[in-house]
Amino acid sequence: MKNFIKNRDFILFSIIIFGVIVVGFANPYFVKPSSLSDVLTDTSILIILALSQMIVILIRAIDLSVASNLALSGMLISLLSTVYPELPVVFFILLSCVIGTFLGVLNGVSIAILKVPFIVTTLGTLSIYRGLIYFVSDGKQVYSHEFSENFLALIHYKFLSLSFLFWVAILVFIVMYILLNHTRFGRNLYSLGGNPDAAKYIGINENKYIILAYAISGFFAGLCGYLWVARYSVASTQIAIGFELTVISACVVGGISVMGGVGTVVGCTLGALLIGLIRNALPAVDISQFWQLAISGAIILIAIIINTKTEQRKDKTIMVE
Amino acid sequence: MMKNIIPENPPFKLLNILYKKEFILLMVLLSIIFINSNVTPYFLDLYNLIDSTFLFSEKAIIALSMTFVIIARQIDLSVASIIAVSSCVLGYTTSVGMDTYLVISFTLLSGTMCGAFNGFIITRFAIPSIIVTIGTMSLFRGLAYSFLEDQYYNKFPKFVVSLGSDYLFGYIPYAFLTFIILSIIFAFILHKTIIGKRIYSIGNNPESAQYTGIQVDKYTFVLFTLNGLFSAIAAIFLSGRLSSVRPNIAFGWELEIITMVVLGGVYIYGGSGSILGVVISIFILGMLSFGLGLINVPGVGIIIFTGLLLILSIGFPSFIKYFRSKNE
Repeated sequence: MKNFIKNRDFILFSIIIFGVIVVGFANPYFVKPSSLSDVLTDTSILIILALSQMIVILIRAIDLSVASNLALSGMLISLLSTVYPELPVVFFILLSCVIGTFLGVLNGVSIAILKVPFIVTTLGTLSIYRGLIYFVSDGKQVYSHEFSENFLALIHYKFLSLSFLFWVAILVFIVMYILLNHTRFGRNLYSLGGNPDAAKYIGINENKYIILAYAISGFFAGLCGYLWVARYSVASTQIAIGFELTVISACVVGGISVMGGVGTVVGCTLGALLIGLIRNALPAVDISQFWQLAISGAIILIAIIINTKTEQRKDKTIMVE
Repeated sequence: MMKNIIPENPPFKLLNILYKKEFILLMVLLSIIFINSNVTPYFLDLYNLIDSTFLFSEKAIIALSMTFVIIARQIDLSVASIIAVSSCVLGYTTSVGMDTYLVISFTLLSGTMCGAFNGFIITRFAIPSIIVTIGTMSLFRGLAYSFLEDQYYNKFPKFVVSLGSDYLFGYIPYAFLTFIILSIIFAFILHKTIIGKRIYSIGNNPESAQYTGIQVDKYTFVLFTLNGLFSAIAAIFLSGRLSSVRPNIAFGWELEIITMVVLGGVYIYGGSGSILGVVISIFILGMLSFGLGLINVPGVGIIIFTGLLLILSIGFPSFIKYFRSKNE
């Protein structure tokens, strides 16, 4: 089994490299280091959100409200920054994370304690959070000139010619890798997703883990709220609309099973990188942006079919052993 | 969680209904009408009430077939995107000058094919419908976008336009009439025929349904196909009413339709629920948004309210249970 997962990640990695080379032949400009680094910057938010969505999918749930959560926390801190521009940027980042975590916990409580199925809860909060943006902002946008300078400065900081955004993504990757592979919390998440009944018998508190998983998902949605707003220097009611589908497709392409309990941090990250590569490569090879949605839909379907086929094969080999 | 549910196929007796969710829903509906008519004098105007049905009839038509899908323990998030595809087909076939009956057949065919595609992927590869329809939701919507790009259609056959905006005998809108007739047919199928019984038993326990000889996959496939067909029917009414089709048509409707069904007492994990409950909940949501609109609450307010209503209507019973168990 371990071999197989490694193998899968290797295949995904090869596809990404192959894709870069093919696009490079069609449009040499695309493979310049500066433009590849732009692709990484552009994919960073997707990587962070995919990794946090992965935690939720591991326990057989989905968080459809991440994009609305991101947009709401982003809007709240933007509005605050126009009123108090002198506050340090760290404060805004922390505040955004706190708001996001709170919204995530609301999801978790609704699912774990009120027993509202996750699909109903997160579909509901998807529109509630999005609707609240209109209320707090009155439907107005916050434009780039309204942000204070220190609010936007951090995002343009570069280290070793890689952007601040990508370094954040690397940090999140490391944290997630340790969390899921080397802590009791992470291993319990896998066992809850793999077999909820057995997990309960060995004393794992399911409700606690559901709330924690959604809190983590919310935390990173909040973090990305700041990153998104600062990167595009605009906060509006429309930002990141529909982005939850891209995030889920990154997870599915990365081999995270929607049946729960299966998937690796490396696979998930590669999935996000592949989706990011495709999104960035389409304009480079002159495919209209209108095709993006259809292509990401097709990718979800193909990836999920491949996942299911390989999972079924895996079951059979276990029986033979 | 799902093991203890006894298959529910309630006989249509007045006394039984009094103790059921449907009765509570009916009380909610009556109080909404009561409050609305006290808040604004324009609410109880007959013409206003009739016209307000335009706001929910198309969604209500899909909610009927969605009820079947959800009772069979599935879900379909792609309905709004199927509307987009079918509306594009409607606009395109009109623009190339086809006859009205051909235009309508192609539109219905396109929706049916989309639904069948969902059903095929779900049954052939045994993948949960939620993830498949998340995929097809963006696939279908994306097809509409890549086909229309930033263009729009605004020419439709006269018949389609009159279907969308005219009244039978000058009183009853065709869309509303279709919804009423279909809901009677659906209530009959679900509560009075063997097909309905089988759908309930599939929803209660697909494995045991399979063992009793019900072809679960066949039923699932047909239900998704039906959902596609009904989305296409809704697309015809909607395009006729709006007289304009853009790729973002009916955006976000899947949520409102699922809200209609779930608020109507249909259990989201399948196996229980009734058409009557769904019909009442459709009127609750319709009257609510109509009333809120009359007192100038913006559309966003209605969306937030719908989302809250959805979560609270399911969460409230478990909330009470939770507190009782804490107190003991």
